[in-house]
Amino acid sequence: MKRIQNIGLVIFLIGLSLFTGTIFTGSFHLSPSALDAFIIEKDYQNEIIETELTKAIVTDNPLTIFEFSDRVRHAYEVANTHYDSLIAQYDAEKNWDKKGEQYLYKIYGKPHTLSFDLAKIAGKGYVKAYTGLMWMLTFGLGILGSLLFILPDLILLGKAGIKNDGIYLEASTNRGWIAWLVLIYLVSFYLLLYFMPDYVVNWTFIVDPISLFLNGSLASQWFLYGFLYCMIMVVMALRMYIKYRDNKYQVMRTTSVLFFQIVFAFLIPEIMTSLNMPGYDFKNAFPLDYDFFFDWNLDDLRNSGSIGLFILIWGIVLTSVIVPVMVYFFGKRWYCSWVCGCGGLAETLGDPYRQHSDKSLQAWKLERWLIHSVLIFSLVMTLVTLYCYFTGMPSFLGIHSQWIKDSYSFLIGAWFAGVIGTGFYPIFGNRIWCRFGCPLAAYMGIVQRFKSRFRITTNGGQCISCGNCSTYCEQGIDVRAYAQKGENIVRSSCVGCGICSAVCPRGVLKLENGPEKGRINPTDILLGNNIDLIQLVNKREK
Amino acid sequence: MKHIVIIGNGISGVTAARHIRKNSKNQITLVSGEAPYFFSRTALMYVYMGHMEFKHTQPYENWFWSKNKINLKQGFVNRIDTDNNCIIFEDNTSISYDQLVIASGSKTNKFGWPGQDSKGVMGLYHKQDLEQLEQFAPNNQVCKRAVIVGGGLIGIELAEMLRSRNIPVTFLVREKSFWNVVLPDQESEMINRHIKEHHVDLRLSTQLREIKSNDSGQVISIIIEETGEEIFCDVVGLTAGVSPNIDFVKDSNIVTGRGIKVNRFLETNISNIYAIGDCAEQQEPMGERKAIEAVWYTGRMMGETLAQTICNHRTAYHPGHWFNSAKFFDIEYQTYGWVWAKPKENEARFYWEHKNGKMCIHLNYDKNTHEFIGINNFGMRMRHAFFDKVLTKKKSVTYVLTHISDANFDPEFYKKYASEIVSKFNRENNTSIQLKKKSWKRIFSEA
Repeated sequence: MKRIQNIGLVIFLIGLSLFTGTIFTGSFHLSPSALDAFIIEKDYQNEIIETELTKAIVTDNPLTIFEFSDRVRHAYEVANTHYDSLIAQYDAEKNWDKKGEQYLYKIYGKPHTLSFDLAKIAGKGYVKAYTGLMWMLTFGLGILGSLLFILPDLILLGKAGIKNDGIYLEASTNRGWIAWLVLIYLVSFYLLLYFMPDYVVNWTFIVDPISLFLNGSLASQWFLYGFLYCMIMVVMALRMYIKYRDNKYQVMRTTSVLFFQIVFAFLIPEIMTSLNMPGYDFKNAFPLDYDFFFDWNLDDLRNSGSIGLFILIWGIVLTSVIVPVMVYFFGKRWYCSWVCGCGGLAETLGDPYRQHSDKSLQAWKLERWLIHSVLIFSLVMTLVTLYCYFTGMPSFLGIHSQWIKDSYSFLIGAWFAGVIGTGFYPIFGNRIWCRFGCPLAAYMGIVQRFKSRFRITTNGGQCISCGNCSTYCEQGIDVRAYAQKGENIVRSSCVGCGICSAVCPRGVLKLENGPEKGRINPTDILLGNNIDLIQLVNKREK
Repeated sequence: MKHIVIIGNGISGVTAARHIRKNSKNQITLVSGEAPYFFSRTALMYVYMGHMEFKHTQPYENWFWSKNKINLKQGFVNRIDTDNNCIIFEDNTSISYDQLVIASGSKTNKFGWPGQDSKGVMGLYHKQDLEQLEQFAPNNQVCKRAVIVGGGLIGIELAEMLRSRNIPVTFLVREKSFWNVVLPDQESEMINRHIKEHHVDLRLSTQLREIKSNDSGQVISIIIEETGEEIFCDVVGLTAGVSPNIDFVKDSNIVTGRGIKVNRFLETNISNIYAIGDCAEQQEPMGERKAIEAVWYTGRMMGETLAQTICNHRTAYHPGHWFNSAKFFDIEYQTYGWVWAKPKENEARFYWEHKNGKMCIHLNYDKNTHEFIGINNFGMRMRHAFFDKVLTKKKSVTYVLTHISDANFDPEFYKKYASEIVSKFNRENNTSIQLKKKSWKRIFSEA
């Protein structure tokens, strides 16, 4: 069995190496006609860009993606610099008409995105030519290897029960060198994905056929990410099923997040796109879905007929009615641990790292400052955006709409939620984003803390302060601090994953939805000690 | 302002310190030789098993103590000078006190077995025991086999620990079945099976004759009393119970028996000295309770109680209904009220076991009045508050079974066995108890 696992590990590493290696393969250059077609399609008014791009990438010399990217970005810069200098010139001449005109000729968007779009048509090579085979060698081997590594646990882990043996003895789960390597890989992955998608254009070739089948167009880096996300969740969910097979709550919850990821976050938006509708994730609630009220999205929805209108209304109702009502009845776990995509990845891929969340009081303070700041940030951004959208002004309250949107997308959307949120899993735990950053979690947390039927009940005086609950709380809640006082846990950050209850060796914790009365139960003396409490209280009042 | 000195920073001493701080401005000094900061003794096993690091066993962050003005003093106490109100440490330094609380806990029982002090022979109680185990049994190359002597809670925990590193374990149990002095036959048998399922070489009705060591004093084998069989091993775990850790008290004027003798108010014979937790021995046992109870929960309760007395609110120790819990490998155990190993004359029993053999409940009730006396539940969780109320109100076994759904504390979506349990009871007793649906109102109603 152990042999099978080792073979699996080797196969997985081969798959991962091949996947990573594909980045460096292929050749990129364009024919004049292809470039023409591209420029016409993009409707560039810029006269320089065509010459510059022709110089750069219409060549018989095959380029690597890195050279290709360099050249395209250079062309982009030259073209824009040309108009920038014209702008400066007309500005000096106070020729406002001419100056304004130049802005129309400039190219907008990120240079790496232009490079990605061009690379998508310019790419040639083995990966693009043999997508099926390459899929097998990368995704296929990765999945096969993972399964060989994971499935033997059904026997190796022994009888059903809590399976945390050795977690703090192994380099992969105890912040050892393996964990650091995984962190570096994940962070690099996200940096490439968000900021240098052209460098990983080869990866998107592998999933082109799947993308074509689902939505009728070639795969973007986001399609690749969505597909990879689902694959990873499926594989790691199998691990969850094996590890927590004694615990029906965990099995149900895992199935639920898997379903919502594959069907709601992935399939439905893709199919909608293929039907010429806006691709919308119906479970992604604002303000986690921070660009829901961005002008481009509102325009898109307004131009999409009745389905667009429906999505608009649904999005508003989801955040303002469904989310708080569900949190009232079930706690925010209904979203964070049962539905959410970020939560889904955290609970599958991130489960081996859940013990790394910081339980200190300091961390709790930081958490409250950060997460509520992000909530306010997202709300201010939305307010400014909407005001500007409806009035046509460029700014509100002195805040420039485009600036705040860009800042939020960059700082929160890309860095916090992606690079840090997932990249830091192996060292800082699997819910960094959910705990410190997610504005939706902050919003639901406020509801959960003050108006909800959900709590984790502490079972009288049974706690022995062992600390398993706190150690394995991915949200960094010091569960034991409450349990050992006989108090229920009603913290706003609790995502209701149920692991504290699972790992408790004495049956002390139970996630429950019940009447609000008795939900918060401060205790002086724990159940089981018959000290005369009335006398105690009287004494205190004196 | 008095100076309260507490010897021992386990659950009893720390609970006392915390509650004294809550209720007074007294100066508090918490003395420990074992570890600078309070940790949960019951969690040591999880450190060895790799579930946690040692720091995770500490319920309070290190700043907690100075913030709450609880002085920590590290050192082993050598003796107590009751005439001059001071304690003297091993290094001959001393601290004087106005009131002294002894909460020094337990030590591992050793019954004079030959070789019991060899290297590689250890109990599992102190932090130092854990460190020794890590030294002598880091893996199954260094420790090719371990022998555990004594079939109680600590013994089975040690077995679980060693098995987590795939170390072969032989487990000597004096009784004819595991923990059979406490558990009724059925539960005991269930745990026997479970121990074997975890590949432990379980030897029932087996005692230790001697421990053999090599020239350097390292254990090499043990000899079994009954058969004379020699079992080669690198580690011997002595887990045949614990007894009060009071050697440093013996030379003082404080009256001791097996433990430090205390009255209902946890006061010793010396007016400003108290004893709580594992090391305290009640002069007259209360109800069915033993004079010495080495249990986490009772230590905590004594700490809660004594803090009242020290804060000028003299309060008798009055533990409520008995409860306890443990975990035997994968099987959780809770008990509320009393379920003796053997039924007493007035007692009737009801036992239900799941067909998977890992889940059961055992009800104890009065044969004549049908008053509920206690429950053992294995592999399923029950609500403490429910049974505390039932016991206080002296409800019948019929009431308990009717409302057993209120008592269930298993996680959501777990399969419920209430109706199966009730129908078995009805079948065996010709009753027609009707199960009621879970009611939040009842669960929250005042006791």
